[in-house]
Amino acid sequence: MKIKLRRTMLYIPGNNPGMLQVADIFGADSVLFDLEDSVPLSEKDAARDLVANMITYRAYENIEITVRVNPITTSCFKNDVKEIIASKNLQAIRLPKTNTPEDVSKLEELIEKCEKENGIKIGSINIHPMIETALGVENAFSIATASKRVNAITIGGQDLTADMGIAKTKTAEEILWARSRIVMAAKAAKIDVLDTVFTDINDEEGLIEETKLIKKIGFTGKAVINPRQIDPVHKVFMPTEKEIKWAKEVINAYNHGLNLGKGVIACKGKMIDPPVVKRAEKIITILDLLK
Amino acid sequence: MKIIKKAQCGSLESSDLMIYIEPSDGVKIEVESSISQLHNKEIEYLVIEELKARNIDKVYIKIHDSGAMNLTIKARLKTVLNRGIKNEDQA
Amino acid sequence: MKNKLGIDIPKFVEGLGNLKPYKGPFNRIRKVSKEEITQVPTKIRSSLPGRKKLINSLEKVIELSGLKNGDTISFHHHLRNGDHLLMKVMKTLDKMGFKDLTIFSSSLTSAHQNLYEYVENGVIKRIFTSGLRGELGKFVSRGKMDIPVIIRSHGGRARAIKTGEVKIDVAFIGAPSSDKEGNLNGVRGPSACGSLGYAMVDAKYANCTIAITDHLVEYPNTPISIPQYEIDYIVKIDRIGDPDKIGSGSTRLTKNPVDLVIAENAAKAILYSGYFGQGMSFQTGAGGASLATAKYLADIMEKKQVVGSYAIGGISSYMIDLYKRGLFKKMFDVQSFDKGVVSSLLNNDDHIEISADFYANPFNSGAIINDLDIVVLAAYEIDTDFNVNVLVDSHGYAQGASGGHSDTSAGAKLTVIVAPSFRARIPTVVDKVNTIITPGETVDILVTERGIAINPRRKDLIENLKSKGLPIRDIHDLRKKVELITNNPKMAEYSDKVCGFIEYRDGTILDTIKQVVEKY
Repeated sequence: MKIKLRRTMLYIPGNNPGMLQVADIFGADSVLFDLEDSVPLSEKDAARDLVANMITYRAYENIEITVRVNPITTSCFKNDVKEIIASKNLQAIRLPKTNTPEDVSKLEELIEKCEKENGIKIGSINIHPMIETALGVENAFSIATASKRVNAITIGGQDLTADMGIAKTKTAEEILWARSRIVMAAKAAKIDVLDTVFTDINDEEGLIEETKLIKKIGFTGKAVINPRQIDPVHKVFMPTEKEIKWAKEVINAYNHGLNLGKGVIACKGKMIDPPVVKRAEKIITILDLLK
Repeated sequence: MKIIKKAQCGSLESSDLMIYIEPSDGVKIEVESSISQLHNKEIEYLVIEELKARNIDKVYIKIHDSGAMNLTIKARLKTVLNRGIKNEDQA
Repeated sequence: MKNKLGIDIPKFVEGLGNLKPYKGPFNRIRKVSKEEITQVPTKIRSSLPGRKKLINSLEKVIELSGLKNGDTISFHHHLRNGDHLLMKVMKTLDKMGFKDLTIFSSSLTSAHQNLYEYVENGVIKRIFTSGLRGELGKFVSRGKMDIPVIIRSHGGRARAIKTGEVKIDVAFIGAPSSDKEGNLNGVRGPSACGSLGYAMVDAKYANCTIAITDHLVEYPNTPISIPQYEIDYIVKIDRIGDPDKIGSGSTRLTKNPVDLVIAENAAKAILYSGYFGQGMSFQTGAGGASLATAKYLADIMEKKQVVGSYAIGGISSYMIDLYKRGLFKKMFDVQSFDKGVVSSLLNNDDHIEISADFYANPFNSGAIINDLDIVVLAAYEIDTDFNVNVLVDSHGYAQGASGGHSDTSAGAKLTVIVAPSFRARIPTVVDKVNTIITPGETVDILVTERGIAINPRRKDLIENLKSKGLPIRDIHDLRKKVELITNNPKMAEYSDKVCGFIEYRDGTILDTIKQVVEKY
């Protein structure tokens, strides 16, 4: 399967036609049409109908379309999933407040039923569990591996701190462990892992700082709430000139060494083993994808 | 299908529309627009088709359009008609 | 006869005379010296020592001017939506019983939309303007004028005056400040509007020039934008206009996310175009995406430590900010876009007031726009040949203005059009525009939120902009994509009746305004 970049996932409120109809122009890798928190209870049906129609008819270009449905415990959940899948062109469903692997299984069951009903290839719709409770964090690995459909997990910072009974701060030390835990679960499951949103849209520096931090921890991307946040995040995830130069040197030295049949290959005096080569290759892959 | 109560959906924001319906003796459609009157007839046809498809022949519909795309109009129409045929306890 | 764009243009129109078909943007300019047309001499005016020019009423001064039925009267639109003068003068002319006049204004705004009432009662017979708005635009598009209107660009209007194609019998000049001899400027007084660039040409070439002011100051009034020897009479009235209404929109930057995407891409396209660099000259419109393009471009200039030579055109407060940031050395101002510009024009030697002739007239020995590097302009519609419409709206009504659009496009080395690919449900990128104001031959790049299209005749730009990470696509693909999204909405329909002619800056006829069919 082709590796797809998922550096940014742009939230778009599900009941806002003006924004939904231009969702694909901002350059985000993925868009996330939201039926949950950005839609008031009285408009859940309207947002669902609107998002379904947008996905069916709007012919979005070169972008991953995902929808955040309402949590399993709500009365909207089933209708959300059914109608959104009936819209065809959907790539993934984000499940908020995923607490256990059973939550994922429940969604999977419903997805499979809907795929059959709509003549969609079984297994084509992915699941992105959103972990935003203490219980969810503790179950991170089993959630990440609960279904083959799970190809990314994500953390919800606001709800998580609320569940922990503490405030979310700008520096976010309080969720550092949860972030690390979720990243490790994702790495173990070999899937993508996306960070929570940075809510102050006017603080570009803060956004860049946070993105640098989460990239360092191991996140592969970040949810964003405003088109203006896309570029700064992409820039952080872009391999630096130094990294690119290093990667090219490593790969050249490695290929050269292989040709010569060397057992131990070195680049500029440092030994390079398969994991190092793998990391270098990944940098070049990202670079190619961005071309 | 029968419209049994008043219902409303949408907004006055640009690219959206506001739809109001109520039970009536026959089909009555009123369309106005803050962008242009050029597409009022087009919107009316769209509504008539949707009503035919759903077998609704007794409804008054008032639309205020702010430049919505057809797919938005269809979605709003679906929502408002579903609201109009529902009983309170089904919501 | 068909012009170069394939549009049928009559040879002769009753009330307008012979028409010349458009043959290309520079065709007539190249050949005009052989036409041996001369600058038409203006009537000699004279003045005896001690003559009093200050007259105490509008009626009296109109009587003195010698205005007759059927004459041509001119106005300027520097106060834009805040102009009170034109309608006041019309009311007086109506009361005095004048008929069959030609209104020749540098433009007409929503403040003048009730002019159609004077067409209906016979006071006005012809309208020559750059723009039409509101009810007047609808009136024209409904085919209610017996003689079609003529739409001119700002440069084209200056040309028509100098060549005598339009002879101004009486020019009415709204003067924010004047002294008793008629030294005028736009930078003092309660109705200060900044530059008087359009009125300068009228004052020079009219048979009679009347300055109407609401701020009479002690002699001599300086700075002198229009000198006393071009002013025949002065009248003081209560108010000539409301300068708060000059700026049609806010001069604050747009937050519209679609406009910002367009602007960012436009700035990048300019950066790589080959025209970005030290000493570049620049013009931009005051619209959302145009002004935002200036913002992104300015940020790039600052980062790369590039200083431009001059900014030109309508000058807005935002351009003054860029000057203050040290990004441009001079500003040429033919029309001030908001009240905030006035104090800069008064106090800053680098902020220079220029006439429409100096700005954009193709028939002089060198208008400033001939040297312009980059211009960023808006569009109502653009077709796959890059022809642009900024006059007729999607409902078929004339609701816009030619302005300096075709002048700057012709003059600039790089013309960038910024526009969303569709508005509401109406596509902007189309097969054929309602009316051509600017020929596609003079347009280089279209930037939309859904991609950038380069005019295929600009091979250099295609080369410069490739592999720069910009979303370049063929304009036909772009049109198809937009069609897919907008799903063929109903477009305006027209009859064959011609309601107006679009005169290109060189005096040839580019296109027509057709009568709209209102079927709803």
